[in-house]
Amino acid sequence: MDQFQYVPPLIGGALIGLTASILLLTLGRIAGVSGIIGSALTRPNRDAFWRYGFLAGLIGIGSLMLSHRGAGTSMHFGPAILLAAGLLVGFGTRLGNGCTSGHGVCGLSRLSPRSVVATAVFVATAMLVVFAVRHWIGGAT
Amino acid sequence: MIRLIIGLFTGSLFGAGLVIAQMTDPSRVLGFLDVSGHWDPRLGLVLLGAIVVHAPFVMWSRRRAKPILARSVHLPAQSRVDLRLVIGAAVFGVGWGLAGYCPGPALVSASTNPSALLFTLSMIGGMLIHDRLLSRRVAPAVFEQRTHSDEAVARCHEVSA
Repeated sequence: MDQFQYVPPLIGGALIGLTASILLLTLGRIAGVSGIIGSALTRPNRDAFWRYGFLAGLIGIGSLMLSHRGAGTSMHFGPAILLAAGLLVGFGTRLGNGCTSGHGVCGLSRLSPRSVVATAVFVATAMLVVFAVRHWIGGAT
Repeated sequence: MIRLIIGLFTGSLFGAGLVIAQMTDPSRVLGFLDVSGHWDPRLGLVLLGAIVVHAPFVMWSRRRAKPILARSVHLPAQSRVDLRLVIGAAVFGVGWGLAGYCPGPALVSASTNPSALLFTLSMIGGMLIHDRLLSRRVAPAVFEQRTHSDEAVARCHEVSA
């Protein structure tokens, strides 16, 4: 393992932190993706305009930066797994008021007790699930 | 209009960060979550990089009177750790561990990767199901404060800084 493999994650993370800072200092908003999607769905008002921009930016940059890679980098989960995982992620992030970005990045940076607990819980459960899938079920990966 | 542009700019920057950090690669995410195998710590560096950059701005914003384009900072009003938060985070964690996608990377990958698109559509379904179920079934007395709180960390609370 060479040391340069640690550079892209740090740069990517720094960009995410910079984005969260810009949103906080300009619009006074939290860069939580699940919250932005949820609010864009259920509260379509003038105040939500920035959210549509944010979501368009996410999708747009994705199609620009990822199109040349094709689907080769993806792991081929069965549709049933993807559907179930999507439902759980959607439901859980709404119930728990946040995901990796809202609780993980923004919440931890603010030292919010709720976000510290939420992040610990979702990282721990995800690790348990990966452990269970890989060692007990001997799943796809 | 300026809000839309800020949204578009920050969304693009955020998405670029996710792609550069390779959060859009589920195998990378699952490698980080697989602590019992060949643990890949690199995803932790993404979070570390983000917090190291963001935390000083959080402190700075607390000393400022208000954001440039808003009357106040919108922070979640809820501050107590409750069962709802813990269950929600656990349910999210199960889904994250199953497919290796969380909302941001899924959306960024949705236009180029059919798996991510399917996941994203299902995720939106999960959000809508939550809103349907919990805005009807839960007794208002118990969840009154929370019924409008479903938008993740974005529920607003006037904070006089």
